[in-house]
Amino acid sequence: MYVAVKGGEAAISNAHRLLADRRRGDRTLPAIGIEQIVAQLGLAVDRVMAEASLYDRALAALAIRQARGDMIEAIFILRAYRTTLPRFGYSVPVETAEMQVERRVSATYKDLPGGQLLGPTFDYTHRLLDPSLLRDEAVEEGLQRDGEIEPVMRVADILSSEGLVEDDGQLPEGHVPGDLTREPLEFPMERDLRLQALARGDEGFLLALGYSTQRGYARTHPFVGEVRIGEVEVELDMPELGFAVSLGRIQVTECQMIAQFKGSAKNPPQFTRGYGLVFGQSERKAMAMSLVDRALRAEEFGEDIVAPAQDEEFVISHADNVQATGFVEHLKLPHYVDFQAELDLVRRMRREYEERNREEPGEDTLEAAQ
Amino acid sequence: MAAVRNQPSPDQEAAARKRAMGLLAKATRVELAGAWEALATRPAVTPVRGPETGLVMVRGRIGGGGAPFNLGEVTATRASVRLDCGVVGHGQALGTDGEKARLAAVFDALLQTSEHAAAVERLLDEVAARLKADDARKARETAATRVDFFTMVRGDD
Repeated sequence: MYVAVKGGEAAISNAHRLLADRRRGDRTLPAIGIEQIVAQLGLAVDRVMAEASLYDRALAALAIRQARGDMIEAIFILRAYRTTLPRFGYSVPVETAEMQVERRVSATYKDLPGGQLLGPTFDYTHRLLDPSLLRDEAVEEGLQRDGEIEPVMRVADILSSEGLVEDDGQLPEGHVPGDLTREPLEFPMERDLRLQALARGDEGFLLALGYSTQRGYARTHPFVGEVRIGEVEVELDMPELGFAVSLGRIQVTECQMIAQFKGSAKNPPQFTRGYGLVFGQSERKAMAMSLVDRALRAEEFGEDIVAPAQDEEFVISHADNVQATGFVEHLKLPHYVDFQAELDLVRRMRREYEERNREEPGEDTLEAAQ
Repeated sequence: MAAVRNQPSPDQEAAARKRAMGLLAKATRVELAGAWEALATRPAVTPVRGPETGLVMVRGRIGGGGAPFNLGEVTATRASVRLDCGVVGHGQALGTDGEKARLAAVFDALLQTSEHAAAVERLLDEVAARLKADDARKARETAATRVDFFTMVRGDD
């Protein structure tokens, strides 16, 4: 028999009112604005956009504010919002080779066309707390350097001119890119669908898996061929006009991870690659994604599947933090009836155990009697 | 012959409109509204569709240049309008700003009229110049963070 339990309405309503109060906090302080979040907590905004799989800085900032800075809650809110909008279509694939680059570094070549461009990076900072940020001190603008801007050549193209690295991943002619927002997940899956899942996957989860491959659980001995951050054009085909039109630009982070060799009777030995592409500025996520992408290609390269990072079903099924938090957090919702059943069961087992022990006392009881 | 030379081919027309729509998408709402207010005569505009906000699934390519995959969605807003002369224009841009998309559609339509084409071209040039200046400034800022390696010679041999 199931008995519905009611009576939470007033408590829930008051709890939400209290949440709004705590979210606003001390009323003597100014409320934080959406523009301030976008401008000054930009990397938090980028993470929410990437894992919600929806690029919109203002909406991501709103979600962060609404979630009191709880990132997964913000991702959840933004992910839920996207289901309310119609889909206009699929963009023309963005061309990262034509990116307006604001950072590009390579760990494989010191001197390369376009150079090592550090951009606005945390690298080489001392990770010491900066007391000047306690006050609102004036901040200098970035320096500018004049001169001809060299095109920023792709590292993959440098290596592939010698045939020493595998090509950009191809799928069979006529393959329609899978879309996990439209079809349920099925395993095994093609690399395109895996990349979509990884691009929206939890940064911490992918970071841990990428780290595990470095520590020997599916070793690939990777090098960062390059990481680049910058803006790319988003174009949409306009059927009524017969050509594609630019809708504007978005910022993305791309990582080309170069991993150890593979050769066969037909193909000479060459480097293999892992690929990462993420909304916004998110180098750690793009790097972790490329490590996991490479590890998940184990079967394609005939490698033994010995580690979690190589297990497609394990990785893809658990990378989505909205799904993960939903299932973990549902445990706190009322399970009164389930638990009552378990309680009855354990009481019966206890009764049976005690009856058995009374009939034939075990050693424990004997010792206790002595 | 001169008449033929002056007549743009359909390809050229498409390329010009593609450039114009791309620039209108990157114009700010303030730029568009300012240009609308600055028009000598303003035609009556009726909405045909929208403005409506939806999603575009952004595609990337495996390895940067390989097979396409779905990266994630972006908000976009589009609108179509008709001028009193019957010309239809389409506007679309990233984000959720309906008024901006509507104004972009108005200017796309105005570009196709002989009366207002020149004013639209002026707006497009302004937007293009602003974008070029922004890009150039960012490129110079990035260039200042380029590493200039030098080699330290150690020992004599």
